Amino acid sequence: MSPVMTLAIARRVLAQLRHDPRTLALLFIIPPILLTLLKYVFQGEAREFNNIAPMMLGIFPMIMMFLITSIATLRERTSGTLDRLMTMPMSKLDFILGYALAFSLVAALQAVVTAAVMLGLLNVTVLGGTLPTLVGAVLAAFLGTSLGLFASAFARTEFQAVQFMPVFIFPQFLTCGLFVARDAMARPLQWFADVMPLTYSVDAMKQVTMHANWTSVHTRDLVIVIAYALAALILGSITIRRQEKG
Amino acid sequence: MPNAVKIKNLSVTLGGHFQALKDINLELPEGKAIGFIGPSGAGKTTLIRGIVGRLVTAEGSIKVFDQPAGSPQLREQVSYMTQELSVYPDLTVQENLKYFVTMAGQPRKQARKVISEVLTAVDLTDKAGNLVGNLSSGQKQRVSLAITLICSPRLMVLDEPTVGLDPVLRKNLWELFNRLAGQGTTLIISSHSMDEAQRCDDLVLIRDGKVIAHSSPAEFRKQTGAKTVEAGFLKLAGGSE
Repeated sequence: MSPVMTLAIARRVLAQLRHDPRTLALLFIIPPILLTLLKYVFQGEAREFNNIAPMMLGIFPMIMMFLITSIATLRERTSGTLDRLMTMPMSKLDFILGYALAFSLVAALQAVVTAAVMLGLLNVTVLGGTLPTLVGAVLAAFLGTSLGLFASAFARTEFQAVQFMPVFIFPQFLTCGLFVARDAMARPLQWFADVMPLTYSVDAMKQVTMHANWTSVHTRDLVIVIAYALAALILGSITIRRQEKG
Repeated sequence: MPNAVKIKNLSVTLGGHFQALKDINLELPEGKAIGFIGPSGAGKTTLIRGIVGRLVTAEGSIKVFDQPAGSPQLREQVSYMTQELSVYPDLTVQENLKYFVTMAGQPRKQARKVISEVLTAVDLTDKAGNLVGNLSSGQKQRVSLAITLICSPRLMVLDEPTVGLDPVLRKNLWELFNRLAGQGTTLIISSHSMDEAQRCDDLVLIRDGKVIAHSSPAEFRKQTGAKTVEAGFLKLAGGSE
């Protein structure tokens, strides 16, 4: 492993984004717009919106980073650049960490922008305070980045990579407790939700919304999210092969 | 003359059934421009992927500078230009090169010097600030070649580096290849164009996953009694059917 190469990869990924202003604009503008939209969906039900908006902050960054990361790494696999890199001194972990670093930075920025709009313009109040809100959103985005890196290993084409979003994300989205409280769902679905990472990233935002003090459940939630993200990164680096079977 | 690459009894089966390479035995000399010449689908790329260590080879062995292909020690000595462009179209030429200088394990202090040298070699100095995606396909290919030159490798493996280029550019690149070989670099260059075979120091003709001839172009013409390598190849190919 070489920190110099990890940083070089992260810098390169960010440079690519810098040359793509449209993607950057989409990244930073879409989540606040969606939240604003949601506010008017819940017109007249301000309390309901106040409960849901922070949860969305645990979901949007994850979904967007999942998509972006899986497509970006897939492009690297199909364009031949990964092929070239694999014959160079770089270690596979450098590659994965470089991507994780770059996209986590982008994700953090996205989370800050979205949270600022939510707390400042949309008047959402969270008892837990601004900083824990940001931490939750950034970790959700980090989770999306790691899962995206992992998922891209199973896609051969961009078409497939995009379809992985419904496969990897939608089931978690439906059962994470956003639509129906988790203990009101069918038993097997509760079990399913219990082992899915998005559940915990959404739950962490719930904790921030409802509790002024940091709760032990909150700590547990974030630890689980981080653990899933790290596991996905390690699995992701294993799925890159130096030598391929034809 | 020591050998850069030694291949023994190499067979490769792709996708579980297609036998891409059949019992290849080859010894490739150091410091020469070696051509892998043959029709598309003959197995050139598979052989190349084996040499750069990107392929699991179940049967037979490939050694590069006396190390098994793909050994970590080889990663700073062997450079690989894939058939795909393997450059980042959304970065400038300069950004691409700077990145690959670091990834090749070269000290960053030398980056400026190395970059200006390789840009001169492929004649792209005036395009350094351009986005690769905006270049012509021939220019993109030369960026890819420039990256391969970065670590002043002992062995350069180039998969169809001149395909689709205009004749003047092709001539210039072959002059570069011959010059590098003259300075001691070993080059493996694949091509399906027979007129390029003429420019190699050493010729490996590949067809249907087999090496059908291995000699210098002059010797090959003599052996087959043909005026050109192409005529010789057709003679051999026709004879085996």
